[in-house]
Amino acid sequence: MESKLFKEYENQLPKRIIEDIKEAVPEKFSESKLKKVLELAREEYVNSLAEPGESVGLVAAESIGEPSTQMTLNTFHFAGVSEMNVTTGLPRIIEVLDGRAEISTKMMQIYFKKPYSEGKDIKKIAESIKETTLREYIQEISIDVAEAQMSMTLKAEKLARVDIKPGQIIKVLEKSFPKGYQFRPSKDDDHTIMLKSTSKEDDLNNLYKLKEKVQDVYINGIKGITQVLPVKRGDEYIVVTAGSNLKDVAKLEFVNFDKTVTNDIFEIERVLGIEAARQAIINEVLKVIDEQGLNVDPRHIMLVADTMSGSGTVLGINRYGIVKEKPSVLARASFETPIKHVINSAISGETDYLRSVIENVMINQVVPTGTGIPKLVVKTGKKAKN
Amino acid sequence: MVEVFMDNKFIGTVTDGKKFSEDIIAQRREGKFPLEMNILYQEDTDQVFVETSRGRTIRPVIVVKDAKSTITAKHLEQLQKNEISWTDLIKQGIIEYLDPAEEENAYIAFTEEDLTAEHTHLEISPLDILGLCTSLIPFGQFNQGVRLSQGSKNQKQAVGFYATNFFNRIDMDVNLLHYPQVPIVKTIMHDISNYEQHPSGQNVVIAVMPYDGYNMEDAVVINRGSVDRGLGRSTYFRPVVSEELRYPGGLMDEIVVPNKDVKGYRTEKDYRFLEEDGIVSAESKVKEGDVIIGKTSPPRFLNSGDEYNLTSNIRRESSMALEHGEKGVVDLVLLSENEEGNRLIQVRLREQRIPEIGDKFISRHGQKGVIGMVVPEQDIPFSENGMRPDIIFNPHGLPKRMTVAHLIEMIGGKVGALEGRYIDGTTFGSEKESDLRAALESLGFKEDGTEVMYSAITGRAYTARIYIGNMYYQRLKHMVANKVHSRARGPIQLLTRQPTEGRAKEGGLRLGEMEKDTFVAHGASLLLKERFDSDKTVVPICEKCGMIGVYDSRKNKSYCPICGDNVEINNVELSYAFKLFMDELKSFGIYPKMLLKSEYE
Repeated sequence: MESKLFKEYENQLPKRIIEDIKEAVPEKFSESKLKKVLELAREEYVNSLAEPGESVGLVAAESIGEPSTQMTLNTFHFAGVSEMNVTTGLPRIIEVLDGRAEISTKMMQIYFKKPYSEGKDIKKIAESIKETTLREYIQEISIDVAEAQMSMTLKAEKLARVDIKPGQIIKVLEKSFPKGYQFRPSKDDDHTIMLKSTSKEDDLNNLYKLKEKVQDVYINGIKGITQVLPVKRGDEYIVVTAGSNLKDVAKLEFVNFDKTVTNDIFEIERVLGIEAARQAIINEVLKVIDEQGLNVDPRHIMLVADTMSGSGTVLGINRYGIVKEKPSVLARASFETPIKHVINSAISGETDYLRSVIENVMINQVVPTGTGIPKLVVKTGKKAKN
Repeated sequence: MVEVFMDNKFIGTVTDGKKFSEDIIAQRREGKFPLEMNILYQEDTDQVFVETSRGRTIRPVIVVKDAKSTITAKHLEQLQKNEISWTDLIKQGIIEYLDPAEEENAYIAFTEEDLTAEHTHLEISPLDILGLCTSLIPFGQFNQGVRLSQGSKNQKQAVGFYATNFFNRIDMDVNLLHYPQVPIVKTIMHDISNYEQHPSGQNVVIAVMPYDGYNMEDAVVINRGSVDRGLGRSTYFRPVVSEELRYPGGLMDEIVVPNKDVKGYRTEKDYRFLEEDGIVSAESKVKEGDVIIGKTSPPRFLNSGDEYNLTSNIRRESSMALEHGEKGVVDLVLLSENEEGNRLIQVRLREQRIPEIGDKFISRHGQKGVIGMVVPEQDIPFSENGMRPDIIFNPHGLPKRMTVAHLIEMIGGKVGALEGRYIDGTTFGSEKESDLRAALESLGFKEDGTEVMYSAITGRAYTARIYIGNMYYQRLKHMVANKVHSRARGPIQLLTRQPTEGRAKEGGLRLGEMEKDTFVAHGASLLLKERFDSDKTVVPICEKCGMIGVYDSRKNKSYCPICGDNVEINNVELSYAFKLFMDELKSFGIYPKMLLKSEYE
């Protein structure tokens, strides 16, 4: 519905709410009634705004912190669908809010385009995503001491499943070991690769070392993804992975990248940007809180995520992250490592304007929140004469 | 080749590890090796470990041969007649001690009926898996494991009858129960440990029901009539000790009624209980501030010139007085000498402790609770035959904690009290619950232990039948009398000018970091400022250099020690702790300059 009234409220209500009202109101609606609706919406909106001087950050901290103390008491590990052991509960929340670059269990949920999302070749696809080394294709590996050569028998069946020919493997091996070794298929079995050192002085010891090295050669799949598990989520088949590589997964054409997620916030920041990272923080924290059956208003978490991502990069809530960004020396010193902060600020001659809460508590002054904000100024008689 | 290690040192090899260890064990049973020596043959690594070191927990078990216990009826008979003893059984190789390592190779049967050909050992008694305190819990097999640990932990704190010579002893912090009783529901451990000699609780009648909310959150309601008749009554003993110390130069402390010109003289009233020898008279009722042992010490520092100085020869007051909140009756005065030959005065104070709101009580199943209300006897619910419970226990404490034994003990206690006998509640070997129930029924009660009860306030019968029975309750040494504390004003610390900490120093109750946050969250800034102004000071600050100035009260003017008189100096109110912080910064060479701005600009 269109009306002039909407324009009137443009500066009083957020765009989104106006849009919602526009959609919700029936086509034939009197102006006076619409006026009433908008006025009511405006009142509700104004009432639900945080008042000036409200300690939103502290309330958010308390609202997340209080349920977290209960979480410590019932830390149970998830024996979920997968056999993967994913960090959840308090350790995970700490990990996210601390802004750790290396998280303990990286995980992805990869969604697919049709027809794969309906379960077509799901096992094969899953296997193709997984990072595989030669070790997994080797049936048998042995060293012939007399001939000083090594023979590897490959798992034909497994190779066929991912469409890899023994010849391709030889090529990969030749690339990985460009000098000093000779690879060729065996005469009687094309799934057996013979390996021989080209230099004659090479001793047996080296061959044994090589045996380990050869097995670690990367063959196919996506690097970083160590485990795959096809799962049915609702009507869709997806693949849950251990390890994460958003960038390379995005390149796969059969992947529905719009829905694919990882739990590595820093990777999201690198690949998709800071706004996505902010949303990821919210999602990850909310996920844990929901799992534990607790109830925290998402707006508190949004505030925390905003604080963490507001500077353009993800900062943790610790002395290397957002606390470092605080302008007040006393506030920083009261958090952790006070001596470091006091001395460094003395060297650079910092000024503390005592504008936030903790400094004012320290010097026993009125903190600038709540009742500490309004001020009454009275012109004294003396000044009035001047 | 099997490697053999002795106390984790390699000593050699044998060909057959299994046979070797079996041989050693056989010889140990014959007495050729010390009985504390244990041997482990580890099959998977093919190694033998011999252990003789100290610090291993070892425990006795009965040796089993060919699926039969080596202990025979004859042995038991001889044991009963005291013809043989424990050591004889060990010598005969019937009982041996295993350490955790050797237990790895042992297969220990729980009871004799369980024995198969594979078993190597038999438990002496299933009760063996429990410690002393835990075996004192009746019907332990019906409880959750945690409750047993908690129950035994709390039993150690029970007020009881700790030693029969208590009258001649001076111990720290002693509680003595006035009418200790042996539990009706006993375990075998009560007999083994001579529990009759040092009981620590009383058999009470307990009803499981709420009582107007006064027993919520694990509290218990206690019958004033029972308290008046002596339930849970105890005496608290505490010594006050002082020593006549010797100092260099032939000086020494003196136990006297201090002279009035002694430095630090209290008031005359504080010394009123002292006899001529400077020690309190026995049976005097003393309270906080009263001097127990009057003492003076020589001056703290003696300089050579001081000998002619009259004021420096004044002795110091160093009497022992009762601290804040303490009171009691002088029970015993003991004069003696310590190892160094100094005169030692020990005074024992006594105080009767009648159960009051806040005192802690516990059943033997980790069901602890404090008294929430002492109810006059006429208001306690009564049963058909007029029985009033001593303690009313809230049923909400039971489901989550699953202390089933608590309920069974009540039935057991009821049967024992009515039949006039002790009930055996030994864990794994107790009397059967069904037998107890049957006995209760034959005594004319409902077999489930419930009875119709009447509210003493309205006189009406409760709709629900109330579960009522007897059980053993213990009073724990945590009493409110030792813990209550409050303060409105009081001593402060010298350094920070903030209130002192702790009950003994009449300290303040800290409003901590998180409590502070709640003030901020409510936006109560001005209240927060007021709450934290315990150490506020007014400091004159020089506007020019930003340092703290000096107030000259004679001229009624402030000046700056650095910039002089001709600068503007303003008074600023701030916390003393912050002033101290600035001083600390100055002391390590940082110049904290304060910039002032008028609040009204």
